[in-house]
Amino acid sequence: MHATALIAEDEALLAAEMRAQLARVWPELDIVATVGHGAAAVEAALRLRPQILFLDIRMPGMTGLEVAQAIAEDWPDDCAAPLIVFATAYDQYALQAFDHAAVDYLLKPIDATRLAQTCARVQAALAAQREAPAGAAPPWEDALGQLRSLLATPGLSGSVAAAPERLQVIQAGVGNAIHLVSVDDVAYFEAADKYVRVVTDTREHLIRVALRDLLPQLDPQRFWQIHRGTVVRADAIAVAERDESGKLTLTLRGRPERLAVSRLYAHRFKAM
Amino acid sequence: MTPVETDRWHYLRHAAVVATFSAVIALGLGIAKGGDWIQQLVYAEAIGLSIWACTDFGRLLFKLDPETHWPTGWRMIAMQTGAVIVGYVIGTWIGDQYCGCSTFEVWRHSARTFAGYLVLCIATTVAISFFFLSRGRDQRRLRQIATAQRDASEAQLKLLESQLEPHMLFNTLANLRVLIGIDPPRAQAMLDQLIAFLRATLSGSQQPFHALSAEFARLSDYLQLMQVRMGDRLQTRLALPRDLADLPVPPLVLQPLVENAIKHGLEPHVGGGRIEISAERSGTHVVLRVRDTGAGLAAGASAAGTRFGLEQVRRRLQTIYGAAATLDLRPAGGSEGGTDAIVTLPA
Repeated sequence: MHATALIAEDEALLAAEMRAQLARVWPELDIVATVGHGAAAVEAALRLRPQILFLDIRMPGMTGLEVAQAIAEDWPDDCAAPLIVFATAYDQYALQAFDHAAVDYLLKPIDATRLAQTCARVQAALAAQREAPAGAAPPWEDALGQLRSLLATPGLSGSVAAAPERLQVIQAGVGNAIHLVSVDDVAYFEAADKYVRVVTDTREHLIRVALRDLLPQLDPQRFWQIHRGTVVRADAIAVAERDESGKLTLTLRGRPERLAVSRLYAHRFKAM
Repeated sequence: MTPVETDRWHYLRHAAVVATFSAVIALGLGIAKGGDWIQQLVYAEAIGLSIWACTDFGRLLFKLDPETHWPTGWRMIAMQTGAVIVGYVIGTWIGDQYCGCSTFEVWRHSARTFAGYLVLCIATTVAISFFFLSRGRDQRRLRQIATAQRDASEAQLKLLESQLEPHMLFNTLANLRVLIGIDPPRAQAMLDQLIAFLRATLSGSQQPFHALSAEFARLSDYLQLMQVRMGDRLQTRLALPRDLADLPVPPLVLQPLVENAIKHGLEPHVGGGRIEISAERSGTHVVLRVRDTGAGLAAGASAAGTRFGLEQVRRRLQTIYGAAATLDLRPAGGSEGGTDAIVTLPA
């Protein structure tokens, strides 16, 4: 069966070996790209849209899981969701989480028999995708469910395992002054490279912390993640609206801008 | 925790010990003074066991030391004095009932004889109490030693686990497996480095010191293993002045610092970077430095992961050198950024 795949693996020898092993067990598989870090994987996957992604869990820049999240959020609607196979040498959290979420994974060093099994499973899934009548079932739902369950696993998504103290006040440096912003006043947080933008109704601050480190300190009942880079205070949301293409957008009470909800988090917004 | 002092049987054991002591005293008195041997025994047992009962149950009225299960300080003395007086009166009364005479008559006839009994009685009580108390202390000490030993072996296991980091080990083996197929001589070289690294890690805790040159050789093995995996993303520079080659240092003391530099500095850094390990003499001290040009401390790397390694190094330095050795972690100066870990040892 012909198919296209991408390999994301930061160790060059291991990436080359995976190509060679795949060539033996699945000669018709076309490896469209081999990349060495997370950001390159996201970029190449969205550009080339391969059917299968082999993602190493520990990579520089982004983890394999963050790559999967970014791809799931930005993947175009008109194209079937990619099948994802994770690879790891040893991660105490990963294996349980993968088993629990029924996600396929490979253990390094990769065993040829195991790789053949994985390929057979992927081929079966591709065949099912092809035979399914167009629009019969939402193609993403299974994959999104798996990904949500993986992202909820402490220690796996690269964030702190257990939530420490809940943050009450944000301390933002402005010039020589420190501005104190109560989390009750925050409309939303937005990731901006290595910083997070803290947006209130009247102004905004930059704090030097990664969103993934900030997230465990926020009360998940009050602060909802709606995108890998956006966390909104639920009380600040006025309306959630779906446009004709199915995209979900939020209107806020105290801010003029509208915020996009990614397909990974759209399930939160349902009429009661 | 051994339940010795907390179970119900210890009362019986205490009573048995007291009864034996009392029998010995009765025997001694019988031999020394003659007289009715059985009567001596009844008095001795009655007084002994009465004082024991007042002591062993009386102590429950006080706040007990959780370790020894005895009162502390003045409470112990007060409890013991009270127990001797009450126990002596009760025991004597029981003895008097048995032989149908009155000991307090003795007091009237010969105050010295009576005082002799009393002193004997007090001395015995103090001796037996001291016996139980010191036994309690011994047991506490044994428990403390056992706990300390368990803590030490747990720490050692954790250290070993952190040095033989499974993720590193399996990734190295995966690389080795590939090299065996495509480049056997390089695979052999890598295997030799892995063997040297494993041997050093496993035997490192057995010898207190090795030469700084040996330390550098082990770090070099480790870095070359990492270099096979990371390729161009890892550059290394090791600088050891010849006059410091024989300086004794604790084995693998720098290893956790180099691991942190890789794991939190270079691995998450897309562009990789350089690790520099150097040693230099500075006055009466030697400065060992592990520097990386990676992600830097601010990038969330100062989180829990790095702390265990640093804590290990700090604790080892503290045990061996006391306050004379230090470990500092700070952002590296210069345009390349990264982190500087500095160990200062007395030369």
